[in-house]
Formats: sequence, C-alpha cells, structure tokens
Amino acid sequence: MLILFLFITLTLANLILGQLLLDFPGLVAAMRNKAVLASISLSLYAGLLATLFAFLLGVPTGYILARHEFPGKHLVESIIDVPVVIPHTVAGIALLTVFGSRGLIGAPLKGYIQFRDALPGIVIAMLFVSLPFLTNSAREGFKSVDPRLENAARSLGAPLWKAFFLVTLPLSARHLLVGAVMTWARAISEFGAVVIIAYYPMIGPTLIYDRFLSYGLSASRPIAVLLILITLSIFLLIRIFSASWSIYDRD
Amino acid sequence: MIEIKSLSRKWKNFALKNLNLTIKAGEYFVILGPTGSGKTLILELLAGFHSPDSGKILINGKDVTAFPPEKRGLAFVYQNYSLFPHMTVEKNIKFGMRMQKVKQTSDKIRGLTDYLKITSLLNRYPLTLSGGEQQRVALARALATDPQILMLDEPLSALDPRTQESAREMLLTLHKKTKLTVLHITHDQTEARIMADRIAVIMDGRLVQVGSPKEVFEQPLDSEVAVFVGFENVIECKVVLAEAGILSLEAEGFFLEAPGSAKIGETVYAWLRPENIVLSKSFKKNNSSARNFLKGRVVGLQELGALVRVKVDCGFSLNVLLTRQSAVEMNLAPEIPVFAQFKASAVQVLR
Repeated sequence: MLILFLFITLTLANLILGQLLLDFPGLVAAMRNKAVLASISLSLYAGLLATLFAFLLGVPTGYILARHEFPGKHLVESIIDVPVVIPHTVAGIALLTVFGSRGLIGAPLKGYIQFRDALPGIVIAMLFVSLPFLTNSAREGFKSVDPRLENAARSLGAPLWKAFFLVTLPLSARHLLVGAVMTWARAISEFGAVVIIAYYPMIGPTLIYDRFLSYGLSASRPIAVLLILITLSIFLLIRIFSASWSIYDRD
Repeated sequence: MIEIKSLSRKWKNFALKNLNLTIKAGEYFVILGPTGSGKTLILELLAGFHSPDSGKILINGKDVTAFPPEKRGLAFVYQNYSLFPHMTVEKNIKFGMRMQKVKQTSDKIRGLTDYLKITSLLNRYPLTLSGGEQQRVALARALATDPQILMLDEPLSALDPRTQESAREMLLTLHKKTKLTVLHITHDQTEARIMADRIAVIMDGRLVQVGSPKEVFEQPLDSEVAVFVGFENVIECKVVLAEAGILSLEAEGFFLEAPGSAKIGETVYAWLRPENIVLSKSFKKNNSSARNFLKGRVVGLQELGALVRVKVDCGFSLNVLLTRQSAVEMNLAPEIPVFAQFKASAVQVLR
C-alpha cells in the first residue's frame, strides 16, 4: 500500500511542486494565457454537459437494471462496461464512423449539428467513455434502496414516479452524486477519444499534448499543473460538501 | 370485503396455485403457513406489487386486478415496517395523507399518535426508534389514510417476546375499535390462534384449510395441517366398527375410540396432540372420562423449559407433553411402564 501511495503522490507532487518552486512565473503566465484558460474551461464545460447527458441516460438505465430481471440482463451489463475496457483511441475512431459527417448518425444530422471538430463531438466522446461510471453507481445506489420502501410508498397512494422521486431518489442521492463526480472526472481527463473526433476546439488535455509536441515539456507542464490544480480543488470542494450529506438527517 | 378468485402466480421457482378465498368485512383474518409457503406473495398480489398470472381480486365487489397499488386503498405494513429513513416520524405519518390528499388536521394526527403512544417521537428519525416504536409508527402511517383494509405481514415476528405481547393486545383493541378488516400473515400458530376470527392455512402455495381457530387447531383437514398445527402423534389404525359417528379402531393390539366416519376394514390415521394425552403409573379406568387407554414404557425425556416431552413406546411411539412438576412427581425415567389415556374427542381421524 505504501508503494502504491508513494507512486501516485510522488508522481503528482513532483509535477506540481516542481512547477510551483522552480517555474512559478510559468504557471502565472499560463493562468493569464487566453488559449489555456479557454481550453481548460472548455474541458470543464464539456465535461459538465457530458455528465448531464450521462445522468439523463444512466439514471433510468440504472433503475431498470437494479429493479428488474430480464433475459439478456448480464449481456446488457457487460456492454455498458465496454467503454471502460477498450482503448480510447479505438472508441474515438468508432465514434467518428458513427457521428462523422458521413457516419450513421452524423450524416442525417448534417446541416443541423456538427460533431467533427466541434463541441458536440467533444461531449459525445466524453459521454461515451464516462457513461459506465454513472450507470453503474446509479444501479448500485438504487439496489441499496429496499424495494419494499417503494412498495410502501405506493400502497400509501404514491404513483410510481412519486415513489421514485420522494423515496428512492433521495435515498440513493449519495451514490448518484459520487457517480456524477466520477463521470465528470472521467470526462475531463479524457483525451484519446476526444482528440480523434475533435482536435479543435482544444480541450485542456489536447492543448497540453499540442504544446508538448510543438514546444516540449517546459511549455506543456504549466498547463498540466493548472488543470490538475483546478480539477483537484473542485473535487475537494465536492467531497467536503458531500461528507456532511448523510441520508438520515435530511428530508 | 376481499374476494380472491382462482388466483395463480409463478414467482421464481415457487407457484401460488388457484387460490380462492373470501375475507369478510370487519374480520380479523390470519393467513398461517410455514416460511416460504407463499404468504407474503399473496399479500403482495393483493396490494398490487405483482400482477397475477391468472385469476381475479375483488375489493368490496370491485375488480381491482388491473389496478396499480396506489389505487387499491389498502394499507400495508411490512415485516420490517419499511419506514422512510430520510423522513421524520411526522413526515412518515403524513406521507400517505399527502399522497391521497386526505385532510391533514392536527387533531386527527394527534388522536392517532396519542392512541399509539408515539406523539413524543414525531421529530425523531425511524432508525433511532426501537422495534415496537417503529411498528406503531408504521401503523400510524398506514391508518392515517383511513383505509378499510389493513394488511400486516408478520407484524410481530421482528419484536422481542415482551413487546410482542403488548403489540398483540394493541392490534386486537385497534381492530375492535376501528372495525377494520385486518389481514394478518404469520408462521406462528400461537399468534394465529389467539388473534384470528378465521384462519387460512397455506402450504406450498396451496390453500389447505380455512376455518375458525378451533376448527384449524382441533380438526385439521389433512396430515400436513395436522403436523403444522402441532399434532405430533399419528397412529396407523384399522377401522373395526363404525357406528353413530364413532369409530372403533385397532392399532398394535390396542382398541381406540374416536369420532369420525369410515368404512370397516379401512386403514385410517389417528392424530393426537401431545398435550392432550395424560400419563399415569397405575391403571384405573373408572375415575376418568377418557375413552382410550394404552400401555407402554417411557423411552426418553426431553426438557423443554417448563415442560417435558416424554416419549412413550406402545408398539408405536407417542409424544406426551407434561409439566416438569408432573414428570418429577411421577418419577419418570426411561424403561418405566406407564399408561397413556386420552379422550375420544381429542383424536382427529384422517385418511
């Protein structure tokens, strides 16, 4: 465990502290650079959109998987996990063949919405790779709620949707929040799938990669550190906020 | 009134088969059956949490088979009470009223919570309550919507024995006071016997007997029910005489009398509760109303707290329940010869 801990902390601390101590002006310059800020805020924004869509798709799916048995359920569950296993560049290529301008879905939508090298493409790529996180934690969350509570609510006169929103959802809120945070984190950190479907506009990781190839380590490191600092502080805030968020002292 | 008509439902590797049952308005009706016999499935079908494969459910003459749970107007209390852990006791109680738009007068809630002695708990959360308190809150929540029918799934089994007794009292007075139709499910014979106006015995998804507690516990209609309701003794007999509703039976050289009807020469089974047999060390026929006398010897004693189960061998084996006091006074020990006697009316003859 110690080795594992050191492996992670040393790598990141070396990166962050090295930047802070040795090249602090570089970090400040990165903070003032419009292209850098634009790419990082695009990362956060596109990640948020992807999380939102993941929520809309993953929550109902998670509910069905938690509450119902049907033939082929295991297959469905395995398929949901596929995006985690395949290389993300492969996912990007697959998405491009579907959402590209000559793709299965991209072609009919041509003229209305463009995926290639545009925000929708970024969101789609992020959504694809992060969807399993939300779906799986929603499923676990709903599973942790005794179906008898829903039944009790229904026999007391609540239609299914009210039983869901007044009983099941509040009781699995913690799982959903954790799932959403994981999804957002996964979306922000995505590079491989995004870079294939939309190199431009550049998200944070793409910009870092681009700077690394063009100008080397010293140009890309400040951006990398900035991205890490921003995302880490957001997750830290969510953690602190949700730690006091217990299901038993809240309505 | 609840009418269940040819209700069938398969559930995992279990099946409820062709159930027909009528529960009268205002009745305290108990469904009794061993664990896994399908009792809860019946309640869940009635409540609408599952839909039947075939058959009908009528509530007060109206066919509700296709109704969703929220439209059936049945109050349901689960074994684990299923209180909403994220709501206070008060919000739990008001939940049904909110959903069914029942007027939430504070007098009404106060009356209910005072009666159930939970007024002081209104701001607490369910997980901080004892089992008995949770149960009373669950009842308050169910009753707050003025249901006509109250369904209780093993309401006492999660309580400790002392709370169980007071909960039993509480349910019975509640039933008397409100004239609710109560449908109560249990695997506990004593509970069923004490509480029920009528009992339905369910075994392996089938209804095997419906009747008053007296009928079910004294005249079981088949051997499965007999075993389940505590008839520990079964004696295989030949009918030697059948006259005026009384049978003379022969088993291992003994002659028994029992009420019933059968053909001469037929093989029947005489069922007997262990507590209905009297043991004595000497044989005096004239000072007892018992009609049946057997001679045997003690083969074993099993301590059961205040009672002792004595195993007697009379050519067939008999279980007899005595108080520990009697067993000590009679100096019972293995190999001691004893006489067993019992009334003809204690015998239930089944084929």
